[in-house]
This record gives sequence, structure tokens and C-alpha cells, in this order.
Amino acid sequence: MNVRTVFAAALAVAALAGGPALAKDVVIGTEGAYAPWNLSNPDGSLDGFEIELMKNVCPRAQLNCTFVTHDWDTMIESLNANKFDVILDGLSITPDRAKVIAFSIPYASTPVGFATLKDSPLANLPETGTTVTVTGDPAHDKAEVAKFLDAFKGKTIGVQTATIYTKFLDDFFGPVATIREYKTVAERDADLIAGRVDATFDDETALGASLATKGNEDMVLTGPEMAGAAWGPGIGLGLRQSDTDLKTAFDKAIKAAIDDGTVKTLSEKWFKLDVTPKQ
Amino acid sequence: MIDFSLLGFGQGGWGAWLLAGAVMTLVVTLCALFIGAVVGALVAAAKLSKRRLWRVVGDTYTTIFRGVPELLIIYLIYFGGSGAIGAFGNLFGNKGLSPPAFLVGAVGVGLISASYQAEVFRGSFMAVAAGEIEAARALGMSRLLRFRRIIVPQVWRFSLPGLGNVWQLSLKDSALISVTGLAELMRQSQVAAGSTHLYFTFYVAGGVLYLVLTALSDRAFGVAERRVARSFRGSLGRG
Amino acid sequence: MDFAFLADTMGQLLAVTPLTIELWFLCILIGGILAVFIAWGRVSGVPVVSQLCAAYVFVFRGSPLLIQMFLLYYGVAQFAEVRHSFFWPVLRDNFSCAVLSLALCTGGYTAEIWRGGLQAVPAREIEAGRAIGMSGFTLFRRIIAPIALRQALPAYSTEIVLMMKSTSLASLVTVWEVTGVAQRIISHTYRTFEVFICAGLIYLVLNFLIIRALRAVEHYVSPHLRDRPRPLLPGAPPAHAASPIALPEVPR
Repeated sequence: MNVRTVFAAALAVAALAGGPALAKDVVIGTEGAYAPWNLSNPDGSLDGFEIELMKNVCPRAQLNCTFVTHDWDTMIESLNANKFDVILDGLSITPDRAKVIAFSIPYASTPVGFATLKDSPLANLPETGTTVTVTGDPAHDKAEVAKFLDAFKGKTIGVQTATIYTKFLDDFFGPVATIREYKTVAERDADLIAGRVDATFDDETALGASLATKGNEDMVLTGPEMAGAAWGPGIGLGLRQSDTDLKTAFDKAIKAAIDDGTVKTLSEKWFKLDVTPKQ
Repeated sequence: MIDFSLLGFGQGGWGAWLLAGAVMTLVVTLCALFIGAVVGALVAAAKLSKRRLWRVVGDTYTTIFRGVPELLIIYLIYFGGSGAIGAFGNLFGNKGLSPPAFLVGAVGVGLISASYQAEVFRGSFMAVAAGEIEAARALGMSRLLRFRRIIVPQVWRFSLPGLGNVWQLSLKDSALISVTGLAELMRQSQVAAGSTHLYFTFYVAGGVLYLVLTALSDRAFGVAERRVARSFRGSLGRG
Repeated sequence: MDFAFLADTMGQLLAVTPLTIELWFLCILIGGILAVFIAWGRVSGVPVVSQLCAAYVFVFRGSPLLIQMFLLYYGVAQFAEVRHSFFWPVLRDNFSCAVLSLALCTGGYTAEIWRGGLQAVPAREIEAGRAIGMSGFTLFRRIIAPIALRQALPAYSTEIVLMMKSTSLASLVTVWEVTGVAQRIISHTYRTFEVFICAGLIYLVLNFLIIRALRAVEHYVSPHLRDRPRPLLPGAPPAHAASPIALPEVPR
């Protein structure tokens, strides 16, 4: 019993000795499984648009940034639980989220769309290849969606859980289709290939990366690209509401990166298009 | 069906990745068991107490930890524990304090195993012959001495089979720690499977590694039980 | 204490509690029946069958339920051959896939419990049965099964409760049972603690009810272990003392 108590006590001390988050040292939480925004290489190192962007932005903000990986669906709770200091995972700025966390200014803004299998009745939806604006106004968006809503009657749509896309799907497609939520993009895509869901819904750049993954040769994009204010001002860093100095530092650095074209360059490298948010 | 080169150790092989997970599983389960032993001993003592209040406390503990799913307990400790430790840290001006996933996992599985270990310890304690305790009292041994020299050696010997079961249970419960992101075997299998899209290969590989851990533990406990059984020869220590 | 939120959360969770109960009931039923065959295979004298059943028990008791579930849901679905086989309707639907996985797992544990029950039937009871001329299925139905079930009941009660808790893992393969809906509520509201406490309470109550019900069953099947009825008046013989069989007077 003595040995065991000592062991347990030592463990507690070691845990409590984990370093505090000073203003200079910042821990960034990312998924490492949301290509091409952030991904894990086979040797475990992280790469992707956001990782490279942060490696550029952090020195500008005079911050010493380290990365840790974490599941997407508990990012916000874990940020508030001090598991890390920043969320970097294609996090869209929304009023609901702004109630519990703070955001930096957006560093990217991308359209959203569907993907399905080549031989599915949902391939080649009306409006495929065009861009449609979704403003966030329910009446306007409902009219836009109505153009291809019928095709989804009785179908199942797969989406990653806890995303803003989930709410959009629930509101507009919920009445006619079943929405299935998945913890990770990989699991959602696996179920698309397996035929458990008829289509998936995600940011177009991420869908592009899914299509390029080995094993997903039968996937195609379908339907229009939906861009606009429905997805909020864009994608930004998630921060704790109490870390105001961190927000100021990041805002300044991100603005500098946008202004001097760094974001544009990285975006063309990873997405083949420019995702700089419209100011 | 299964590409064995993927499970190897060379370039592009995930073998080392999975083995690291297996080692982590072992380590976190060991820590969990230690934590569970400490808490379990306390709960057993509470349940054996003459005071009704302690017995109620002990019973409440076992009811909660055997009635609530392990997954929920681990989630609760992961988020709730962070809140508590964060608040604790704030008291000392340490703003960013938060327990690492390892500690959360070990404490979670430990507290669950404690409810089972308490039952094992309670049964073992009641199996210690009353005559031995009376003799110790008659000899004038202090409580601490009696505990250290008479009770503990016998209780842990009687507990061994039960603890073997609890170990196996905890080994499998440790797979749930994957939801905290700790790099143990289940999570390593998940990441490898998601990364390569070869779910079958990596879940089978992970499963096989768990079976290896289970089988080895079985052997180890079997050996330990046989050794300990030597001391039971004859009167079985039961007066 | 935001009671409005708690009430709303409880409402949403209670709405899916029947699904959890359905998941649990089906897996116990299917697993229990499967376990009968596996236990039978184990105690049969045939070497190959016995070893196969032992291997089944080893695999399903030695690995975590989580990995079994993921293997059955994602792993098996990887193969086009499976997707075109007749198993696919079962494996495709997340609910039935989860039930199957839970049933296979509990099958392993329950097979051991049934086996323990079978081996606990005293040999003298079987001999007595044979002596009266019972054999085969009659012997099993009238002597072996009742005693085996009674012996197995405590261990089986534990297993039943464990299965109720294991249904929470179905949330990780997208089944919307209590834990899954709790996670979804949290992903919208970010209030982890309150929601999980509500979910935990529901499981506690469910398990409490199950344990009570099982204790009642245990009490019912073991009348021979209960206290003898006490006489109504002191000194009067107990009610059952008048035996239908005329026993010889025992000289004192």
C-alpha cells in the first residue's frame, strides 16, 4: 500500500507540474485529419495549409507555437478546458460559437458542396459546377436549395459532427433526408463508399482532398458550390474569451499575412484557388 | 486481404506505431490499477465499517461506478476534471492548468476498477481467519502493525484471482480512453485505419494485439496464483 | 442550475431511452441464444467443435468491445464482396450492426456463464434423473436446465447490467441512443457536464430497475433457499408439516 500511495502521489505531482500557458508559448490544437487544411504525414509530423500559415503567422505575432492533435468534435470544450490555447481546424466563425469562445479575424473563406459516388442518382445534380450564394437569410437560401432539394428525398447525407454544415443540413434537408453525423472525415467517407450514406457535405477544398485520396476514385463532386454569408465571415482561429491579448496578437499577424499575399500563395499551393476572405 | 507489409517496421509500416500503442495501453492500465487499488481499499474499508454512514458511502460509490457506463465516466472526468483542476490551478495563479489525457484515462479506469477491487478486497478481508486477528490483538500488536503484518499479506494473496479478473476488465476498458486522444492501442489503430482507409487490417491487428496482452496477462496471473497457492497448502489459512 | 436547460436535455434523452432499451434487449436475447449453442459446443466431446467454440470465447472475451464494433461496422464494410452478400442489409444499417456486434460480444461471456452453470449441476441429480428413466431432451429440460439456470443467474445478472452499459458504445458507430444524443446536444451547446450527468442518471435508474427485477427473479427461483414459514401460534406445528407422504415415526 505504501508503494502504491507514493506512486499515485508522484503521478499527481507530475501532472500538476505541467507548464502553464504563458503569453509567449502557445499550444495550438488541430485535428491532423482534415486535409488539405491540416493533415498528418506517415511519420507523424503535421502539414497542411493551416499548419504552414501558422508557422508563418506565429513569428509575426512573436509567439512560440507548438502543435497538438485532438478530435474535432470536442475542440471547443477542450479549448475551454485548457487542453490547448488555440483551435486551428477549419473552424467557421458563427454567432453560436462566439457565445462560448472568441475568434481571430478570418484567414480563409471557402464554398461548401456535396460529394457522391459516380454511379449514384445524385451525381450530376442540377446546378453542378456553378456557384450559388447562400446569404444566411432563411427565405433566400430555401429558394436556392429548392432547385436540387427534390433529388435528396429519402436519401441519407453524411456530415462531420459539430460543424456548421450540420445545422444547415438539418434546417433545409432535414425534412426530406436523413442526416448522419460522423466523428471523423475518414469514417464519413468510408460510409459513402460502403453505401451507407448517399452523399457527403463538406467544405469544397476538403472534399477535393477526399476525392484525391486512394480508394475514393469513385467519388465525384456534385451540385453547386455554395458560398456566402451563411457560413459566417469565414474560418478563423478559436481562442478562449479571456485571452484577449492573444487575440490582438493573432489578429495583427493574420492581417499582415493577408495584406502581403502570404495567405493567397499558400492557398493556391494547397487548394489551387484563393481562399483569402473578402474584406 | 491483409497486406502484411503495412504491419511491418520498415518504411510505411505501422508496426512500431501499433506496438507503441500497446505499450501505452499496458502502462495506463497499470497506473489505473494502482489508483484503483488505493481507492478500492478505502471503499472496502468503508463497506466493512461499523458505522452505517461509511457503509452507505461505500455502497453509493459502487452503485455509481457500476451503474454508469464507463464511456460517460471517462468523458465526465475528461471535461469535469479539467474544470476542477483548472479552478484549482487558478487558485495558485497557474492559469493554463489541465490534466493530461494519460492522467484522465488512468484515473477514469482506476475509479471504475476500484469499485470491483473493493468487492474483491472486501471478500478477501472477510476470509482472513478471525482467530489470527484475535491472536494479533492478544500479542499486543498495534493496529498499524497488525494491518501490515497480518492482514495485508493474507488479503493480497486471497485477492489475486479476483484482481486478475479486474486487470483483464481494465485492460479492455482502457480502449475507451481513446476518446480523450491518448495514443493507446485503440486510438493508434483508429488513426492508422483512417489514414490508410484499411479499416479491416488495422482493427484486426489491434484486436490481435489486445488478445496477446490478454493471453500474456492470463499466463502471468496463473503463474502468480500458483506460487501464492503454495502458502495455502494444508490448512488454507482459514482456521 | 439552469433548470430549463436540464429539463430540455432530459426530455431529449428520455425520448431516445426506448432505443437504448431496445438495443440492450435485442443483444441480450440474440447473445443468450447464441451462447447456448457455443456452450453446448464447448462441453460436447467433439474436439474440433470444442476448440472452435473455445476460440470464439477467447477472441470475444479477450478483446475490447469497441474494437469489435469498429471492425464489424467499418472493417467488414470495406470489402465489395461483403457489400454484395446477403449479410449486407444487416451490416449496412447502423442499429442492426450495433446489435450484432453487442450480441457477438455478450455471446462470448454468456457462453462461459452457461458453461459454468452446466458444470455446477450436481452429478447426483443427473444420475437420479437417469435412474427414473429420463434421457436426452427431457433430462435437459426437467433437470439440467433449471438447475444450471439457477446457478448461472448471479453471474448472468452481472452480465446483463454490463450489457446495458455497453450499449453506450453504439454512439461511436453513429447510433442515436442516449450517449449519442447527449454528445450531439453537447456539440451544439458546449455544456458537457450537465448533459453527461443527465445521461448518467438515466443509466443509473435503468440499471437500478434491472437489478431489482433480476433480484426478484433470483428470489423466485430459489424457494429452497428461503426461510421456512414460521408457525402462526407459538408451539403449533408449521403449516407444511402435514406431509402427503406418510413418514415413519422417528423414535425420540
